[in-house]
Amino acid sequence: MLKSEDFAQELINSGYDFFTGVPCTIIGNLITTLTERPDITYIPAVREDAAVGVASGAFMAGKIPVVLMQNSGLGQCLNALTSLSLIYKLPCLLIVTWRGFGNKDAPEHLVMGRICEKLLDTVGIPHHTFNPDNIKVLINMSYKLITEKNEPLALFLKEGIID
Amino acid sequence: MNYREAITTIMELLKGQLVVCANGLISREAFTIRDRTENFYMIGSMGLASSIGLGVALSKPSRKVIILDGDGNLLMNLGSLPMTGSLQPKNLLHIVLDNEVYASTGNQPTISNVIELEDIAKSAKYAYIKKVTADDELRREVAHILENDGPSFLLVKISDKEEQKEIGRVTHCPGEIKERFMSAIDNGRNM
Repeated sequence: MLKSEDFAQELINSGYDFFTGVPCTIIGNLITTLTERPDITYIPAVREDAAVGVASGAFMAGKIPVVLMQNSGLGQCLNALTSLSLIYKLPCLLIVTWRGFGNKDAPEHLVMGRICEKLLDTVGIPHHTFNPDNIKVLINMSYKLITEKNEPLALFLKEGIID
Repeated sequence: MNYREAITTIMELLKGQLVVCANGLISREAFTIRDRTENFYMIGSMGLASSIGLGVALSKPSRKVIILDGDGNLLMNLGSLPMTGSLQPKNLLHIVLDNEVYASTGNQPTISNVIELEDIAKSAKYAYIKKVTADDELRREVAHILENDGPSFLLVKISDKEEQKEIGRVTHCPGEIKERFMSAIDNGRNM
């Protein structure tokens, strides 16, 4: 299991320099790490669509943003992604925790856990899923892709990949 | 004062400040009255002008960022007020044109006729809060917030609900709106 500090460092090494989002237990330590680092900004958002809005503004002002959220938040920010990020071509990396994976979780996570990949396929947002061996590769690739294509990209993070 | 007069007055007082315009009639009026590269016209994502403006303001502290919002937009993303208040960006100026209706869809009522939006901004710890109803007050207050540190909240009560004449849509495509706004951020002087 990768330490959250190291995961954060990979994001920063890749070039990401603006962070916002809404917590999930899977990324609890990661958000704490990002909040405590003096060299970067983490903006606690009240909702995932507000996070996408703040990230979009930050991008236009020269930052390369990351938005952290639980997959439930995809439902909350769907309109921000479709009618802001995609039509204006405002990129951000979405790090989305995959609750309800394999139908094993609290009831409120099961529907989104089943459909979150299909949801992004429908919207047309590319996505990949972290495993213990591809973390660095996916983070580096994501930076290259979102800055070249100017579109959001999602990386799903299941429980047990970072501490 | 109708919202066309209010936007005209605000636009007259601007120099190179960045403006994030809420979707609907606010973007369309701002575009029609004074199209400028420093205007970002949000055409979808209702509610998020305040969040987009916050992201710009935090990332570009040397530039004044004005959010030209509406009551319907603000009520849809009310959480942006405490986000802004908690972060205290000095360069953020939030102007809310409050006509108490969703004017873009035919004047269906919002709830700002009974809810005092400036009180919510006060609870959210904006540094400067004013409510104006007349054009001379608006002129004075916009000049004041442009010269002073924020975050500022200016509630502009729009009393004139008369039907507006036909107004054009923003003719720039979203990609163009973004590109020229980003160039304006890059090229602008500090102000």
